[in-house]
Amino acid sequence: MSTVALAPSDLEAPEARLIGAARQRGMGVFLLLAAVVMLFGFGFGTPAHEETTFTFTAPPAIAVSPLNMAARPVSIVLALVCAIVGLVLILRRKGRGTYLIFSFGIMLFLWSFLTWAARGNSLNFEAMLADTLISTTPLVFGSLSGIMCERSGVINIAIEGQFLAGAFLGAMIGSWSGDLWLGMLFGAVAGGIFGALLAFLALRYGADQIIIGVVIVAFCTGLTNFLTQEVLTPYQTTFNSPATFSPIAVPLLSKIPVLGPVLFDQNVFVYLAAALLLAINAGLFRTRWGLRVRAVGEHPQAAETVGIRVLRTRYWNVILGGVIAGIGGASFTIGSVGEFSADMTAGLGYVALAAMIFGRWRPFGALGAALLFGFAVSLQSFLAVLNVGIPPPFLSMAPYVITIFVVSGLVGRVRPPAADGKPYLPE
Amino acid sequence: MKLELCGIRKTFGRLVANDDVDLTVEKGEIHCLLGENGAGKSTLMNVLFGLLRPDSGEIRLDGEPVRFANPGEAVRRGIGMVHQHFMLVPVFTVAENIVLGFEPTRALGWFNRKKANADIVRLSQEFGLDVSPDAIVEDLPVGVQQRVEILKALYRDARLLILDEPTSVLTPQETLALFAVMRSLATSGRSILFITHKLKEVLAVADRITVMRLGRVVGTTTPETADEKELASMMVGRSVELVVQKAPASPRATVLELRGLVVEDDRGLRVVDGVDLDVHAGEIVAIAGVQGNGQTELAEAIAGLRPIAAGTVRLDGRDLSSASPRDAIRAGIAHVPEDRQTDGLVLALSVADNLVLDIYDLAPFARHGSRDLATVKSNAGEKLADFDIRASDAEVPVATLSGGNQQKVILARELSRPIKLLLASQPTRGLDVGSIEYVHERIVAERDKGVAVLIISSELDEVLALGDRIAVMYRGRFTGFCDPSTGREQIGLMMAGVLDESAALAAGAAEGADPASSVTLSRGSVHP
Repeated sequence: MSTVALAPSDLEAPEARLIGAARQRGMGVFLLLAAVVMLFGFGFGTPAHEETTFTFTAPPAIAVSPLNMAARPVSIVLALVCAIVGLVLILRRKGRGTYLIFSFGIMLFLWSFLTWAARGNSLNFEAMLADTLISTTPLVFGSLSGIMCERSGVINIAIEGQFLAGAFLGAMIGSWSGDLWLGMLFGAVAGGIFGALLAFLALRYGADQIIIGVVIVAFCTGLTNFLTQEVLTPYQTTFNSPATFSPIAVPLLSKIPVLGPVLFDQNVFVYLAAALLLAINAGLFRTRWGLRVRAVGEHPQAAETVGIRVLRTRYWNVILGGVIAGIGGASFTIGSVGEFSADMTAGLGYVALAAMIFGRWRPFGALGAALLFGFAVSLQSFLAVLNVGIPPPFLSMAPYVITIFVVSGLVGRVRPPAADGKPYLPE
Repeated sequence: MKLELCGIRKTFGRLVANDDVDLTVEKGEIHCLLGENGAGKSTLMNVLFGLLRPDSGEIRLDGEPVRFANPGEAVRRGIGMVHQHFMLVPVFTVAENIVLGFEPTRALGWFNRKKANADIVRLSQEFGLDVSPDAIVEDLPVGVQQRVEILKALYRDARLLILDEPTSVLTPQETLALFAVMRSLATSGRSILFITHKLKEVLAVADRITVMRLGRVVGTTTPETADEKELASMMVGRSVELVVQKAPASPRATVLELRGLVVEDDRGLRVVDGVDLDVHAGEIVAIAGVQGNGQTELAEAIAGLRPIAAGTVRLDGRDLSSASPRDAIRAGIAHVPEDRQTDGLVLALSVADNLVLDIYDLAPFARHGSRDLATVKSNAGEKLADFDIRASDAEVPVATLSGGNQQKVILARELSRPIKLLLASQPTRGLDVGSIEYVHERIVAERDKGVAVLIISSELDEVLALGDRIAVMYRGRFTGFCDPSTGREQIGLMMAGVLDESAALAAGAAEGADPASSVTLSRGSVHP
């Protein structure tokens, strides 16, 4: 009797155990609630016979005709499908693919929401996707920066500051030299310097990493505000009018209808983010380097006793993390608006951190979360045009509200690297 | 490989941890390093393993002087260490843990998992240490985790293997199996340095024994020429009593009554799985079991520190199933927690404050919502004298006291109010022999005063010495109840879950007696 009592939990695959049965049920219940909102809010909340049109920017080769939908029936059908997905999550045994199923449900909800929001109107769906991707890009850089640091056991809450430093220096050098690549390089260096500062204080002196991070953000905010006022604004044409990277269309792939232009006609930052995502994911989970980094982040003493240099590993990872965040910062200016303005990152560094947590310290998990946040960011500008009756200030809150939900409740208890944030001071 | 340590000295500030230590381990020898906690064994091993640098002295391997700047260098020279607290990454697989730092790779540093797994399988067959390379380490029982640690050293081709207190987490049978492995490794020409404070084990397995006390080597001997008593006095520096003196118990009414108790751990797993137990006034019930079989959670549940998923806890008939820690204290439960530094004391507070943590808010220590510090101070003075607590002053932080004195502070606090139940988890873990004697005496004295005592210990010697009745816990259940005359062998089997008599016996215990059983439960048959 007693020997079988605990046996089942011993035999389960580790991945399956990470997603607890309770959390899976929680996701299912969340989707059921979403289905109720979809049914009564979006479905019956839309006047009958009202139509929604999703349009697509047609590439020269293949035209995609606009999609006309009767808003109410579509939302009702979507609500039912979403409810079924929720029930599946509640009833099925825990196992792989939980997050994929959950993401599918969330997509149904978003579809239904857009159908309702654009009722009696038309929405450029493709432009919205493209905008989502652009909003997502800095978040991907930010959360990859967080993953690099925290997988090695150092909390990098300074991503916001590294964003600002990278955005500022990227714009300034890009504008002054006229060379955008040089701007990106300096953006990376700026992030790297603050990564090095974090690493030095945290690793050399064992200082509290959260406090160092907050201080770095405050410092970067103050410094860039001051320099903007004193240097960028008076000498706007010299220092704050960089060009921006223009989109590079990938041959053939960019001709795919709808998704082609969204994914394969973007600027270099998007491709760089994708490449880093693949590289870090493979590096962490498939290489000797990744095994060692994760060992350092989970159990530094164990790593030390097999000859891995814990502090050196952490220095490198935190500095590289800073570099990645710095490049992400540069994308705000020379990858997007072509100008630095005070506080332009608007807390997205913290949102990136939330994406990292929601993504359970995994690159692709973080990508999924970043897409959700990126969508929320781009949503506000589109909804403002559609005039859905929600005041614009509330719409701008959306990404942050989602962040709070995600960090507090929805993800439940996630397990960070065991030594995350804990100083390691040998002897 | 022959190891020589010559005149090793290591100080931490004013504390001399190792003072002119000489030690020689011959090739193919099992050499035991015996000493109490704080004798300097761990410091010496950390010096040898490159984790600490000695102030002076020399390390020689096969006659050649060596210096290690870090553990990596020690490993490369053929030194392997199995740490007391395993150096394993819990979320990694067995294979990942074993090859970490020496990973087989393909081009570009790509981790070659296939080769790693194949190497582990081959290695585990070669040494008869059975492990599955793809298992996640945190899912494995500690005995298997230890096997992984040993394989980790062997994978690096260790020719000198240091085992630091390896048996503290093992059942008696697992210990014997470990000894067999050690012997076969020694026969194959590897040297083994076995660090322990357990006398019986030393005599069972050692070729030679070196005893350390207060940072110095007291002497080197062999199992043939020394016995337990002699080793103990070498270790402690005076002659010691190895058995607890106690009269037969005279149990009276039931005090603690557990029925169908279910408790979950932090991960939501049922770690106490339907437990029934009665503890009577005037008896000591000792719960034996390898660490991590639910004892910690059981103690926490009784003390009100952990919610109960199902079942009841009654004290003198009063229901304490949903009691807070304060309710439990006020109801008359004294709790000596397993981890005295995190759960038993507030380390930064003074000895005097720690002595009244339970009743600081009640008269005479507080009046009208403000504390009466004069009474707190005079109370501390009394307790320091009564319990022989060695502290320079009652106002010093309790963190500055030695482990033994910290434990006495907890005992002094818990035993200074009227209590019905004394619940003590691992009451002597990490204590020196002198303190162990004292703690055991105090526990027996409480029993003789008519208090019901529940001891939880993973040290079988302690369970056998203290318990009037013994319950064996395995995977959240009692696999047997017996009296202390039962053989170690049989208790060991119950600790490993091999001998499972829970169904019949647990039911019997609930009713109070089961004459049909071969393992006796009755109150009268207590052998001191």
